[in-house]
Amino acid sequence: MSKKYIDIKKIKKRILLEKIAKALIVLFVAVIPSIPIWLMYLGLIAQAFSSKVTLGIIPNGFTLKNWRFLWSTIQMGLKKYPNIWPITINSLYLALGTALLVTFVAGLAGYALSRMEFRGRTKMMEFILALHAFPSIVLLIALFVLLNKLGLYGRGFITLTGVMITKAALEAPMGAWIMKGFFDNVPWDIEWAALVDGCNRLTAWRKVILPLVLPGFAAVAVFAFLAGWAEFIMAFTFIREDRWWPLSVMIYHVIGEYKFVDWGFLAALSLFYALPTIIFFVFSQKLLLRIYVGGVKG
Amino acid sequence: MPSLKNLPRKILPWIFLAPLLFMIILFWLVPVGLTVFLSFTNVTYKNFVKFVHGVEGAFNFTLENFHKLLGGDPYIGEIAKITLIYVGSVLAINAFYSLILSISIVYLVKNEYLSTFMRVVWLLPRITPAVVYGFLWIWLISPDTGPFYQFFASLGVAPGSWLLEKPYSQILMIVVNGYVGASFGMIIYTSAIKSIPEDLIRAAKVDGASDLQIIRSIILPLLKWPMLFVISWQTLSLIASYEQILILWGSYGATKAAGTTVFAIYAWFKAFEMGEYAYGATVSLVLVAIGIVLILLYFKIFGFHKLMQPSKIEV
Repeated sequence: MSKKYIDIKKIKKRILLEKIAKALIVLFVAVIPSIPIWLMYLGLIAQAFSSKVTLGIIPNGFTLKNWRFLWSTIQMGLKKYPNIWPITINSLYLALGTALLVTFVAGLAGYALSRMEFRGRTKMMEFILALHAFPSIVLLIALFVLLNKLGLYGRGFITLTGVMITKAALEAPMGAWIMKGFFDNVPWDIEWAALVDGCNRLTAWRKVILPLVLPGFAAVAVFAFLAGWAEFIMAFTFIREDRWWPLSVMIYHVIGEYKFVDWGFLAALSLFYALPTIIFFVFSQKLLLRIYVGGVKG
Repeated sequence: MPSLKNLPRKILPWIFLAPLLFMIILFWLVPVGLTVFLSFTNVTYKNFVKFVHGVEGAFNFTLENFHKLLGGDPYIGEIAKITLIYVGSVLAINAFYSLILSISIVYLVKNEYLSTFMRVVWLLPRITPAVVYGFLWIWLISPDTGPFYQFFASLGVAPGSWLLEKPYSQILMIVVNGYVGASFGMIIYTSAIKSIPEDLIRAAKVDGASDLQIIRSIILPLLKWPMLFVISWQTLSLIASYEQILILWGSYGATKAAGTTVFAIYAWFKAFEMGEYAYGATVSLVLVAIGIVLILLYFKIFGFHKLMQPSKIEV
C-alpha cells in the first residue's frame, strides 16, 4: 500500500542530482572550454593599455605608449612601416567597396530569383547555392593568373581594387542567396495590392518592398563589409607594395617582427584593427544572428 | 523609369541577374577552367611573365604535374594524411562538440541573457579578423608570457615551442580551427533547438520527463538533419581552410617541421613561395575536384530543398 504513495524525499533528491548534473555539463562543456577565449580578449585589452602585465591578463600601470603607432611611424631597426592612416584608408576602401558591390549585385539578383519567372530559375538557384558552398579560396592560384592577365597585378591602387572586386565576386552568391530569402518573405499580396492601387512596379518596389527588405540589405552590407575588412589571404598574396596594404597585411608583417619583443604594442595595433568588427557585431548582433538562424524568417 | 514596364518579361530577369552572372563567370568559372588549364602546363616563375603576356612558345603542355602528384612528389602522402587528420578532427569538434555545446547553452542555461552572452563569447573567434585571432593564439602559446603555455607547463606539458614540436603543433592547429568551427555548428543547432515547438517540450515535462530525458528523446532525434548539414557544409570549407595555418606558421619550412602542411596550403606554398604555378594549380585541382564531387553528392543526398533549409548563410 505504501508503495503507491510518492516518495517526496526521493523525488527531491532526484531533482537535486539532476540540477547538479546539468550544472556540471554546462560547466565542463560551455564554461571551462571558453576560458582561452576569455584569456585572449581580456589579455588583448589588458596588454593594449598597460605598461606591464602579470599572468597575462592583470594590468599593471596604465599607459598609452602602446598606441604610439597612431601618431608616429612604426620602425624596427632599418625596417620602416608605412603610416597607419593611409593603411587604414586602404582597408576602409576595400571593405566599403566590397560592401557596395555585393549589396548592389545581390539585391538585383535576389529580387530576380525571388520574384521573377524565367527559364532555368531553379537550376540557377541550385547553382548559386553550390557556389556558396564551394570553397572559393582553392581558386587563389588561378585568380592570381587572372589578375595578371587582366593587368591588375603589381599596380598598387589598381591591384587593391582588383582584390576588392574579386572579394566581392566571391561573396556575391551568398549575398544573392540571403537577399532572395528576404524578398521571399515579402508576401506577394502586398506587392500585388500596391500594383492594383496604381503603383507601377518600380514605385511598388521603392515604397512597399524596399522598407520590408531593408534589414536584408543592411545585413548583406554588414557581412560584406566585415568580410572585406578581415580579408587577408588575397591581399597578402597579391599586393606587393606596402603602401597599398590593408591593415590585415601590415599587422601580419608587424607581428612577425615584434612578437616576443613588444606584446603591448601588438595588442594595441590588433585592437585598433579589430575594433570596427567588434562594434559592428555588437550593434547588428541581433540582425546577424537572425540571419544565421534562417534568412527567410527575416 | 516607366520604360522598364515595357521591356519584354523574358529579358528583365536576365538584366537583374547580369551583374551577378558576370562576376560568377569571370571570378568562378574562368578560374576553375584556368586551374585545369594550368595543371597541364609547365608554367613556373621562369616563364610566368611570358606566359601572362601571351608570348608564343612561352610554355608547353605536359602531364608532368600529374606524374609528380601521383608518385614523384614524396610529400604528397604525408600531406594527405595530415589533411585527413585535420579535417576529421575539426569536423568532430564542429559537428559533435558544438552539439553538446549548443544544448548546454540554449537548453540547460535557462536565463535568456546569460545564454545569449555565452553564445556571443563563443562567436568571438569567428567574427574576429583572422590576423588578430592568429596573433592572440601566438601570444597565448608564447613561452614568455602566454597563459595557455604557462597553464600547461604547470601541468608538466612544456614543449619548447607549441608551434614547432609535433604533436603539439598539430594539436594547436586543430584547436585553433576548432574554436572557429565550433560556433558554426552552434549557430545551426541553436536555431534548430529554438524551432522545436514549445508545446512538445512542455507536454513531455507535464508527463514527468526530466531535462536530460527531453534532451535524449526529443532534442537529439530532431537534430539529425542539422547535424548532417553541418558535417557536409563544414567538410567543404575545411578541406580548403588554411588561413590560420598561414598566419601561424607562414612558410613551408615551418609547417613541414610542425607537421601542419595541409593540402590547400601546400598548393599555396608551391605556387607563391616556390613559383611552381602549374604544379600548385594541380594540387589545387584535387581540392576543386573534391569540392565539386561533394557538392553533387550533397545535392543528391539532401535534395535541393532540404539543403537550403537549415541555414542560409555561412558566418
